[in-house]
Amino acid sequence: MATSTNSKARLATVWLGGCAGCHMSLLDLDERIVDLLALVDLVYSPVADIKKFPEGVDVTLVEGACCNSDNIHMAREIRLKSKQVVSFGDCAITGNVPGMRNRLKVENILSEVYADGPGPAPPAQGGLPVLLAKVLPLHQVIPVDVYLPGCPPSPERIWLAVTAMLKGEPVELPAEMRTLG
Amino acid sequence: MAQIIAIDPITRIEGHGKVTIHLDDAGIVSDAKFHVVEFRGFEKFCEGRTFPEMPGITMRICGICPVSHMLASAKACDGILGARIPPAANKLRRLINHAQYTQSHALNFFHLCAPDLLLGMESDPADRNVVGLVRKYPDLAMRGIKLRAFGQNIIRMLGEKSIHPPWAVPGGVRESLSAEQIDQIRQGLPEALDTAEIAVNLLKDNLDNFKDEIRTYGDFPSLFIGLVTPEGGLEHYDGLIRVMDSEGRLIEPGLPIDRYREIIAEAVEPWSYMKFPYYKPAGYGNGEGLYRVGPLARINICDFAGTPRADREIRQFRRLNHGKPVLASFYTHYARLIELLFSLEMIEELIEDPRILDPHIRAIAGANESIGVGIMEAPRGTLIHEYQVDDCGIITKANLIVATGNNNQAINKTVQQIAKSYLSGFEITEGLLNRIEHGIRLYDPCLSCATHAVGHMPLHVQVFDRNGSLINEKTRD
Repeated sequence: MATSTNSKARLATVWLGGCAGCHMSLLDLDERIVDLLALVDLVYSPVADIKKFPEGVDVTLVEGACCNSDNIHMAREIRLKSKQVVSFGDCAITGNVPGMRNRLKVENILSEVYADGPGPAPPAQGGLPVLLAKVLPLHQVIPVDVYLPGCPPSPERIWLAVTAMLKGEPVELPAEMRTLG
Repeated sequence: MAQIIAIDPITRIEGHGKVTIHLDDAGIVSDAKFHVVEFRGFEKFCEGRTFPEMPGITMRICGICPVSHMLASAKACDGILGARIPPAANKLRRLINHAQYTQSHALNFFHLCAPDLLLGMESDPADRNVVGLVRKYPDLAMRGIKLRAFGQNIIRMLGEKSIHPPWAVPGGVRESLSAEQIDQIRQGLPEALDTAEIAVNLLKDNLDNFKDEIRTYGDFPSLFIGLVTPEGGLEHYDGLIRVMDSEGRLIEPGLPIDRYREIIAEAVEPWSYMKFPYYKPAGYGNGEGLYRVGPLARINICDFAGTPRADREIRQFRRLNHGKPVLASFYTHYARLIELLFSLEMIEELIEDPRILDPHIRAIAGANESIGVGIMEAPRGTLIHEYQVDDCGIITKANLIVATGNNNQAINKTVQQIAKSYLSGFEITEGLLNRIEHGIRLYDPCLSCATHAVGHMPLHVQVFDRNGSLINEKTRD
């Protein structure tokens, strides 16, 4: 990563519309998590308490597809503040399982899921984000630099990709690590 | 002027959500709400799929407890087959489930909650995370990481992958274990048990520092619901549904799982994508139908665990409320660690049973029944999958009630209690934000699960006046 020699690279991880499995696979680095933390400052992540996405992030791993209005705003903010954005896992890359709702009309899904009430269906109150008509993969919302496939990507893939990016090298996964699913 | 405060996003929980606190004209908390802000619609888009696909699809509801969804789904599919799964498959499913409890409970304690418990509720948020824990308590953090890995590795041995393993199928499972793999698990057990005992002792030694939290973080009467064995023992995979009241009376000693609709119904609120299940005979909206599920409920409702270390701790746990059910949700931390011991002891018992190596692991049948119900205990509580299929085995209806949904009313009540205890005036302090979040974390809410129909949970506190206009808002940054 093109950072000054006296400061560590700034890593962020974000969870949009997904299942957290990609983040769990990151934790599956196990002891290597400690090695990773020696190389980077983790400046934003669901496992830390920082609430606002910071400026000047070197690498951001984005898990999940864009499913609602909040996801779109977050993706744009990430792009503005990150040097490199990674589509982290199949949901970010293709829409994957969240995208399975794309053949249905959103209004119909909501009305049927909440049909039995009692009371009006969400998102009628409480400032809930509005669902997008179609779930979108990340690259349809913002430009993406690196694609890291897998449902979830294995810890080995994550390690290879992230360490290459931190060294400023291109991410070149072997063919067997370039599979979906 | 009446106000509403919102916390968004809530962090160090598995999901996205926000909290709003409603103040009256005098600045006194009148209400507080926990909103789940994501929706994914699994129940609808699964319609039209073939039922054997359901374990693979529904485990992708959640990357933290995929094994729970996989097993609840496979059990619902067993019901559609109308077949009994082979005994070895039953044991292997139980084994993978205890492996998942190990990783999930280790994650909750070491990675998500220990930063509060050991570094302090009001410590610097920049350090109050697993990174801070690694820095200050490197040995403990490393033990936690290894314990989680022990569970994940068993899942990987059986299912090729630790997350979303393509393994449980209608009628049984796809792969068994080898004797070498069993030996590998056996070798890892002593260290795993040591770590669990260290965690139990660490928590008990620190409980005195949290007297106020114990009193205010969700301490209220409620019903408790969960599964028990036919003998009344602690059960995570199968069994009967038990309902206990706050005095310890058994309202339902053991209801067969396919009758769950007699006692559980769901309500809808317009301000959250997560539904509000309630105990049906008591009704919704009056507080009487509020129940809790998860580790606290399971330890309260069971008569015994049946393993020595877990039973030793349960005897101490019972003294917390003089033999009656423990009502303070803060003690969920303790109940969770008792279950961690139990799961490790059960792993030991299961791998030492030679019948687990029997090669017959799958019963083959077609769709013989039109309805299948699969209920099990996920780490966070009771999980229900119910499917209806047509003659060809195509899903025509799916109903999923997840653990965090079952706790939805209790989480809301806990947030209200903490807000009333710690909010003074209109000032939103960093400590208040974190206390509310810790209260939510007690339920270890899996918002991935909650958002199968539902989803994400960041922390954002907003203050609204009585007319609903935004007066003040704080997002931690």
